[in-house]
Amino acid sequence: MLQIDNLHATVADNAILKGLSLTINAGEVHAIMGPNGAGKSTLGYTLGGRPGYAVTQGSATFLGQDLLELEPHERAAAGLFLGFQYPVEIPGVSFVQFLREAANSQRKGRGEEPLSGGEFLKLAKEKAALLKMDMDMLKRSVNVGFSGGEKKRAEMVQMGILDPRLAILDETDSGLDIDALRVVGEGINTIMRSPDKAVLLITHYQRLLDVVQPDFVHVLAGGRIVRSGGPDLARQLEEEGYEAVTA
Amino acid sequence: MNQTVTIPTTRDEAWRYADSAALAAADPGAVDEWRTFKIEPGGTLRHLGEPTTGGIERWRIDVGAGGCYAHFAVLDAGDYARREIEVTLGEGASFEFGGVVLGTGEATREFVTRVIHAEPGAMSKQVVRAVAADRSVANFLGRIEVARDAQQTDAAQNFRAILLNDGATANAKPELEIFADDVKCAHGAAIGALDEAAAFYMAARGVPPEEARALLIRAFIADAFGSIEDTREQETMISQALASYDHARLRAHV
Ligand SMILES: Nc1ncnc2c1ncn2[C@@H]1O[C@H](COP(=O)(O)OP(=O)(O)O)[C@@H](O)[C@H]1O
Ligand SMILES: [Mg+2]
Repeated sequence: MLQIDNLHATVADNAILKGLSLTINAGEVHAIMGPNGAGKSTLGYTLGGRPGYAVTQGSATFLGQDLLELEPHERAAAGLFLGFQYPVEIPGVSFVQFLREAANSQRKGRGEEPLSGGEFLKLAKEKAALLKMDMDMLKRSVNVGFSGGEKKRAEMVQMGILDPRLAILDETDSGLDIDALRVVGEGINTIMRSPDKAVLLITHYQRLLDVVQPDFVHVLAGGRIVRSGGPDLARQLEEEGYEAVTA
Repeated sequence: MNQTVTIPTTRDEAWRYADSAALAAADPGAVDEWRTFKIEPGGTLRHLGEPTTGGIERWRIDVGAGGCYAHFAVLDAGDYARREIEVTLGEGASFEFGGVVLGTGEATREFVTRVIHAEPGAMSKQVVRAVAADRSVANFLGRIEVARDAQQTDAAQNFRAILLNDGATANAKPELEIFADDVKCAHGAAIGALDEAAAFYMAARGVPPEEARALLIRAFIADAFGSIEDTREQETMISQALASYDHARLRAHV
């Protein structure tokens, strides 16, 4: 589904990703762990096409297409979803307005019919319920006045509505209390656990991985994957720390 | 009686950001022509969406005690469009102003307000939003005067501008002249670019750049019409402003 080969990327002229390679197949859940500043968010932004994140070398192929050639919104329409570590507040634009525009832009990009207002609201209600989020919150401005945990929950509602093929979830578990963590984790399983979908979880904690069990765990340090393994690697990291495991 | 009208120049404080070439060519008659309105005590008057003449306009409104005046407008046409609004507030009177300046091409467009709190207990609230593209200039010059015995004045003024590209300009010139001591006076001005983080967030969810920009601009200018009570009227003001803007930008880019 996604093949990243020798990816190098700079941010504000600083080399952050330095030869990162990673292959994710359909049906798999991967977890990336790594110390702060390792380049985890940079990986997500680079794959998402954020302006200012320049690829200097390497390639990324997503569902047979050159991902790096696509505009950010085209990457989304192609089936890529980026869950933000820090979801952005947009005063004056409601979630409903924004997500309907997003869903229908994606559908248009894929040559599908747009959802009517009624169809969209039904879908939004269903996904909000899945994440145990009050539908009224989706009538408010995007992320404005939301707590950290509510923002992360809202990210997952968006993922449910947009129904991507690959979700890259950047510290979706941070800011969540234990109950919310379970709701979000189970939401990820319901929405993304499927033979034709895949997930890349960026996280620091085993507790999310207890709910969304990864098939592969990677350690990102110094801009590249320095170690890969199975679910046990995450437990080992939690016990021994990044330094010991990557030394 | 024949009176000579002097055309102001940009050396005059109230005209400092004006388009000097347009000023020099201005019709002296238009410069000295005032649209005047008098609101009787307790009366109300509202100007909603009065189109700009595309030139210099001067409005003067005298609001009697307890009266209300509201003015909501969009400046979206004319190489040098200037709407001056001078409002004098009697005791307990109120003035609500929502203005949107849309700049395209080489145009200079500006709102210039002078709010005189002549007597106690009056309220004024001004919200101006500007979006400037190309090499346009968008300005808001807002002067608030509070007379010596105009205690319990509540005056607020807020201006924000978005510059869509390098080369576009916005100027803010708030001026406060306060002679009373029991006065609440809030003012703020900010000029910046379109929120890049919000634009990328929207793109990451599949919203194309033009649509994202439209949503952000809509939300931004909507602030100016937030105190229009009827939501349909509010929506009409926003939609008209956006439609005119799209049209102007399309023309500017052919
Ligand atoms: N906008 C930016 N400008 C300059 N440096 C940045 C920017 N964003 C991230 N960096 C740097 O890139 C490195 C990796 O950051 P990031 O990808 O956020 O790490 P992680 O998510 O693994 O904690 C850090 O050293 C950080 O300081
Ligand atoms: Mg990060």
